[in-house]
Amino acid sequence: MTGETLQTDKQGRLKHFLTTEGLSHTLLTSILDHAENFAGVADRPVKKVPLLRGKTVVNLFFEASTRTRTTFELAAKRLSADILNLNIATSATSKGETLSDTLRTLEAMHCDMFVVRHANSGAAHYITTQVAPHISVINAGDGRHAHPTQAMLDMFTIRKHKGDFAPLRVAIVGDILHSRVARSEIHALNTLGVTEVRVVGPDTLMPKDVEGLGVHVYDDMSAGLENVDVVMMLRLQRERMNGALLPSAHEYYNRFGLTSKRLAAARKDAIVMHPGPINRGVEIESSIADSTRSVILQQVSHGIAVRMAVMAMCMQRFNDEGDA
Amino acid sequence: MTSTTIDFDATLKHMAADINQLIKDYQPEQVMMVGIRTGGIWVAQRLHQQLELKSPLGELNISFYRDDFSTLGLHPEVKPSKLPVDITDMHIVLVDDVFYTGRTIRAAMNEIFDYGRPASIMLAVLLDRNEHELPIGADVVGKSLTLKQGEHVKLSGPEPLALEITKTG
Repeated sequence: MTGETLQTDKQGRLKHFLTTEGLSHTLLTSILDHAENFAGVADRPVKKVPLLRGKTVVNLFFEASTRTRTTFELAAKRLSADILNLNIATSATSKGETLSDTLRTLEAMHCDMFVVRHANSGAAHYITTQVAPHISVINAGDGRHAHPTQAMLDMFTIRKHKGDFAPLRVAIVGDILHSRVARSEIHALNTLGVTEVRVVGPDTLMPKDVEGLGVHVYDDMSAGLENVDVVMMLRLQRERMNGALLPSAHEYYNRFGLTSKRLAAARKDAIVMHPGPINRGVEIESSIADSTRSVILQQVSHGIAVRMAVMAMCMQRFNDEGDA
Repeated sequence: MTSTTIDFDATLKHMAADINQLIKDYQPEQVMMVGIRTGGIWVAQRLHQQLELKSPLGELNISFYRDDFSTLGLHPEVKPSKLPVDITDMHIVLVDDVFYTGRTIRAAMNEIFDYGRPASIMLAVLLDRNEHELPIGADVVGKSLTLKQGEHVKLSGPEPLALEITKTG
């Protein structure tokens, strides 16, 4: 089974959240609608609802992460679930335990959900096929493949500012080749029906078959940003600089850094997004990151609401599941 | 499906009078009406207007507090709760359309306490089915209704209000 078919039940409801690819417009919209309600919880004196009381969520992070892990943790806590943070680098796997033994061990602790971050594409999918049927898996980023909750928090942020997706032109700028965020964004934006998705970056950081995903490709920043409503910057992974893919951070900034001058090509009300952590002066001019057009910090807050929505939706158990 | 007749105008009027009687000892600015989504809000809007309450009407969506999430899941079309003023030390008039098992009211009270500590809560319901499963009673009842086994009652609205009785099984 592919990730797309594995993540919903027979009635098309979310059971795991592995990728935005293949999910319907209705389902993506319902994630955003539920997130809208969960966002209100943060404004209350008691920032917690009892929905997942008694459930146990495991943050299974095989790769370092701060904001994704902490916002998943906060999301679980605001749903009243108990959460375990497992840093695999310092745990049993490093003592030689196999992944499936680690999973069995966690199942024996009566856990209900795994939030998985892994450097290998397809890791969350693989884990989904290995776990007991009552366990839900959420992909918190797997290799170059997908980062669906990041994509949905970005969709949520766009909807907050722009309302309707249909008229929008969105430019995704940077290292598309290695970016799981970009892939998940492209699928989500196209399913939600934007007018145009553009990817902007150097040839060396562009996947070969990228047009097949339904995007227009630009290697010139000013042309790529012309008339767009949303500019999504990607983090330049410094580890890529060691190879032959990029000359230097300085050179990259000269061609693909988001400067005020380049941003002027976009629509006047265009918003600037970035999944973080930002490299000031590498992908983005510092003053833009701090300007009113930047919604980077809102993205972080929205991440909690969207992750609450996805966790709650995946943890729903239905009376009609017996025939699944 | 059958519909049962109920004189909504007269029922709401006597409910408003009963509520008035119960809140007459309170300061008017300390009384706050809160309706439970969705039917409870329709009833609350009418009562709020008749009582000419000063504080804005609050709206509760109790779906995050339900005790049947594990079997029924999230409500597909939920709208967020909205309590526009601080409820601390307020006398709350909680309004729902159909009072059945009492589980909704329990969830609503749990949610209210996550917003603050009210001075008191009283319960006003349009219909009381008299099949409570929890030790909760209504202070104001519009109409008492005993249904046969397998019958369900639903309020439709907001304009006009109508009662529908359906039969299952």
